[in-house]
Amino acid sequence: MKNHVWRPLFLVVAIVAGILFTRTLLVPSDFGVYERGYMYGWHRKSNEDDWKKIRVKYKTSSGCPECHKDKYDDIKASPHAIISCENCHGPAYDHPNDPQGLHIDRSRELCIRCHAYLPYKNNVRGNIPGIDPQNHYPQAQCIMCHYPHNPVKPNLKYKKTEVKP
Amino acid sequence: MISRRSFCKKAMIAAGGIMIPLAALEVFNPQRLAAEKDGTGKVRWVFLVDIHKCVGCGFCVKACKTENEVPYEANVTRTWVERYVVTKTGKTHIDSPKGARDGFTSQKIDQAHHGLLEVKEEEIAKAFFVPKLCNQCENPACVQVCPVGATYQAADGVVLIDRSWCIGCGYCVMGCPYGVRFFHPVYHVAEKCNFCYHRLAKGMKSACVDACPFGARKIGNIRDPEDPVTKIITTEQVNVLKEEFGTKPQVFYIGLSREVK
Ligand code: HEC
Ligand code: HEC
Ligand code: HEC
Ligand code: HEC
Repeated sequence: MKNHVWRPLFLVVAIVAGILFTRTLLVPSDFGVYERGYMYGWHRKSNEDDWKKIRVKYKTSSGCPECHKDKYDDIKASPHAIISCENCHGPAYDHPNDPQGLHIDRSRELCIRCHAYLPYKNNVRGNIPGIDPQNHYPQAQCIMCHYPHNPVKPNLKYKKTEVKP
Repeated sequence: MISRRSFCKKAMIAAGGIMIPLAALEVFNPQRLAAEKDGTGKVRWVFLVDIHKCVGCGFCVKACKTENEVPYEANVTRTWVERYVVTKTGKTHIDSPKGARDGFTSQKIDQAHHGLLEVKEEEIAKAFFVPKLCNQCENPACVQVCPVGATYQAADGVVLIDRSWCIGCGYCVMGCPYGVRFFHPVYHVAEKCNFCYHRLAKGMKSACVDACPFGARKIGNIRDPEDPVTKIITTEQVNVLKEEFGTKPQVFYIGLSREVK
């Protein structure tokens, strides 16, 4: 065959080889087909570990009683026993090392998540004791009167207010 | 000089050679076929939501956003809670203000730019809250449409996104029938619930499961017959969302009502 046939052919081969070469440079070596097959499992394997390495922020309430036994005992014997400490105090991270203290949410918004009255009789929500946030002592924080770790009791910390729930 | 006969012969061999796909040269692997069909691993994460128990406090959404570093003020979230209020005249009102990050604290239905709708107490026939999250489908449509292999399913069924590989084309966001995908405001790549993969890896439960005071959200391993979640799914009446799409969703619901879309 003549030169004019081979020359463009060499060019094509060179381009293809170039593309394949840059591809091996760009595509990570662990990119391939894994357990879920071609359709769903085509990926970079090490990405699974990237996700596993993310820091855990919420540590659950299991460690809290060790140092805050009083609070734990209070809440365990109350209708609020079902609420995790971290829902009201934020993620523990590595508390008490970092951060040393934890957030204390004293806002009314925290309590009305469950206690704003909604007239849904068929639903559990309709059966949680509810208040109208607009009219139930709107000028004060709920915890001025109700002890959050056992709402059956008044909050003794704020003695001035007299509550008999 | 090349003869006509030999030219035709060589051309046909060349054309035939080009047509054999590389995949055909691969040795057939029955194990992989089995894996593609229904999986063989010891772990397959599934989720169970009990709608009867949910009160719409939104602690799951709050915990999820913090745990998974989704900007708290941005109006996107990996999991959210919808409120359904069905009136006696058969109308259904649905809302989810801020994804229910701060819970449902008012009777007024949030209708976005149509304002707030007051539904009178005596008009309400029933109302309930429906938590939603990624269904980690057995046939994930979002994975099929990804042109670059940036989203994929791990052996345990969880669908993950490779942030360094995603090109942000948005096909998966459009492809998900459940609308669980969105763009991460910081990384500008596709984002969605992954059952808190980092917590599962450490033997913990998803953040929303730990946050839920009422036990409305549970996670379990369907391949473990002793798992309490498996027992409920296999012995009680459960349902899934949008079964007709054929994606085989793996988030099961107790008490699903026909109004739920
Ligand atoms: C190893 C002991 C230890 C454990 C475990 C622990 N804490 Fe603490 N916590 C402390 C100490 C010590 C302080 C006081 C730090 C300070 O005042 O600066 C503190 C402070 C706090 C405060 C703030 C009190 C205030 O008056 O400002 C809260 C709220 C709190 N902890 C909640 C929790 C919760 C919830 C958990 C479980 C996730 C927990 N703690 C686990 C030791 C502990
Ligand atoms: C319903 C929400 C809620 C839950 C659940 C909750 N707390 Fe609190 N906690 C509060 C509030 C509100 C305050 C502030 C009380 C005050 O100022 O009187 C507080 C105060 C505290 C304080 C320190 C300040 C003080 O009053 O001495 C500690 C420590 C604490 N909580 C620990 C815990 C632990 C441990 C748990 C879990 C066993 C827990 N809390 C569960 C709402 C909650
Ligand atoms: C996760 C939802 C939730 C949150 C948040 C919550 N509560 Fe409660 N609360 C409950 C439940 C459930 C009960 C028990 C209802 C029952 O006894 O049937 C209850 C009971 C109460 C009661 C009634 C106690 C009685 O006399 O029987 C008061 C008062 C109360 N909570 C105050 C508060 C205050 C104040 C806060 C904020 C610090 C708060 N709650 C946050 C769920 C919640
Ligand atoms: C000034 C004190 C005060 C403040 C502030 C206050 N309460 Fe009360 N709360 C009371 C008293 C007194 C009662 C019992 C009498 C009644 O039902 O009004 C009560 C009753 C309740 C009950 C029980 C209702 C029932 O039907 O059994 C709940 C729930 C409650 N409060 C939640 C809250 C929440 C949530 C907040 C904050 C948004 C709050 N309270 C703020 C004084 C207060």
